[in-house]
Amino acid sequence: MLTVLFDGIAYGMLLFILSCGLAVTLGLMNFVNLAHGAFAMAGGYVTAVSMNRAGMPFLLCLPLAFLAAAALGVVLERTLYVRLYGKSHLDQVLFSIGLVFMAMSTVDYLFGAQQQLVELPAFLTGQIQLLGARLGIYRLFLITVCAVIALLLQLVLVRTRFGSQLRASVDDARVARGLGMNVDRIFALTFAAGSGLAGLGGALGIQLLSVDPTFPVKYMIYFLIVVTVGGTTSMTGPFLAALLIGVADIAGKYYLPELGAFMIYSVMVVVLILKPKGLFGQAGAR
Amino acid sequence: MSRTGFLGGIASAPAEAAGTQAEAKIWLGRAARVGWPEILFWLLPVLAFFLLPDRLPLMSEIAILSLFALSLDLILGYAGIVSLGHAAFFGLGAYTAGLLARHGWSEPLSGLALATAAAGLLGFLSSFLVLRGSDLTRLMVTLGVAMVLAELANKMAWLTGGADGLVGMEVGPILGLFEFDIFGRTGFVYATVVLFLLFCVARYLVHTVFGLTLRGIKGNRLRMEAIGAPVSRNLIAVYTLAAAYAGAAGALLAQTTQFVSLDVLEFHRSAEVLLVLIIGGTGYLYGGLVGAVLFRVAQDWLTGFTQQYWLFWLGLILVVLVLVSREGLKGLFDLARRRLQRGAGP
Repeated sequence: MLTVLFDGIAYGMLLFILSCGLAVTLGLMNFVNLAHGAFAMAGGYVTAVSMNRAGMPFLLCLPLAFLAAAALGVVLERTLYVRLYGKSHLDQVLFSIGLVFMAMSTVDYLFGAQQQLVELPAFLTGQIQLLGARLGIYRLFLITVCAVIALLLQLVLVRTRFGSQLRASVDDARVARGLGMNVDRIFALTFAAGSGLAGLGGALGIQLLSVDPTFPVKYMIYFLIVVTVGGTTSMTGPFLAALLIGVADIAGKYYLPELGAFMIYSVMVVVLILKPKGLFGQAGAR
Repeated sequence: MSRTGFLGGIASAPAEAAGTQAEAKIWLGRAARVGWPEILFWLLPVLAFFLLPDRLPLMSEIAILSLFALSLDLILGYAGIVSLGHAAFFGLGAYTAGLLARHGWSEPLSGLALATAAAGLLGFLSSFLVLRGSDLTRLMVTLGVAMVLAELANKMAWLTGGADGLVGMEVGPILGLFEFDIFGRTGFVYATVVLFLLFCVARYLVHTVFGLTLRGIKGNRLRMEAIGAPVSRNLIAVYTLAAAYAGAAGALLAQTTQFVSLDVLEFHRSAEVLLVLIIGGTGYLYGGLVGAVLFRVAQDWLTGFTQQYWLFWLGLILVVLVLVSREGLKGLFDLARRRLQRGAGP
């Protein structure tokens, strides 16, 4: 029981890191970016390749994955995404599906269709006993790292100048621009950070998620669920939603394996019908 | 928004008609008139049947994809509903027809009708979910419904065959006369005739007050509500109709290939049909048909030398299409059409 809860929290934390970038682009910037998973996949592949082919240590790969995905994000944002901000949702959907297809077949071409496996360092394997539950050290590591990142994110958003500029730009880009803020730069930085975090999530979760060319489509629905269920008015909403979904998914797979992912999808549809703004969203926000 | 000359004319027409029903009828009748480009277009499959006898299986796939894209056009092009889960109905139709044939109901026409009805019923039920919320909510809900169905089909392996697919279907001859043959002759004619009939129905419907109302809703939903148009009822009706069409397409696929796999419900189906429709252009019914031809031919050609990487080119086409102009191909087509019509004008 405790083990299931623990695994669920670890999974949920990971989901949060993976999807918080999407919460910003989709929720705050109102851009339907179905290609978000491609950045996470990029992070996963960077890690797998640098560990397996270059023999780099796992911990060094994490910042590398972040930087690579962020760089990819900033390049794509500046060249392509920026031209679609004002367009209709249909255009954005088509565009990001196109990107997903390209990412999938590029990865397939470069690395083949098989799943990328890595060997975690010895200090991350094994389990510890706590209160009668067996807790995996890898998952403990996930929870710690993700919690620190989530805390940092919240601090950056609420306490720093950049955070308030971002919130201002999202609330009303025109007025923010009028006040002399460089809204384009803020959005680009945010997009890069979001992509980078997705990449980091892909790297962190390399053992938990299966990193293969179908990754962006396979996990797309999870990211979208986190964001839509969590609502997009704050970072806490997606965070709680991610935890909820992580626990529910793991518990569902553990106790009712025959239901599979069925539960998660149904819950999402029901939540969307009853509370279109998300479980933790506030009415009146965009 | 897609405001080409054709749509623009429709949007301004009711104002000019100043409410007199007779004028509106005349106008609708004029818009619904069959031009010779259309007749020529429908001669193409007949020609293809005689000229390309060894490509018939590919062409029946095109006909089925056309019908699927046509059904999406009804909700996207006419009612403005963006769906990411249209495969739900396609898959349901395919599995219904497949299961009927698997369990002894080998008569194809009634199987087709039942599959269509089943998909229509699901469409009717889920239309209430789609009525609410913003674009984004709709995207998620349609996607969610499709995912639920895909997961169901996957888990109910005792019924659907699961990942192995549904095999052992027995499809009897159509009307008791035409046996399905290995060259796909019957399959092609069957799929094309069904496509043609359903197309005619759709063509009739979009040129009635119902179709006009839908376009109004797409343009400005609030305003249509304000002038007293039954918005919700119209949306439910068109969503149900589109679902039934998609189900018919799925049933055709099941019956002509005599095989159904989980593939019919997967996300890439929904994405693919969206793409097909976008390539052909939305909101004039022929978009899905033109798109299906271009898409399948391009796929056939690209897989010829890049095999599994054809997705890359597909993605590239999609990105370029959106960045350059989504009206690209349709705009071209519209231009050609206007030229043709002017040339043949009365």
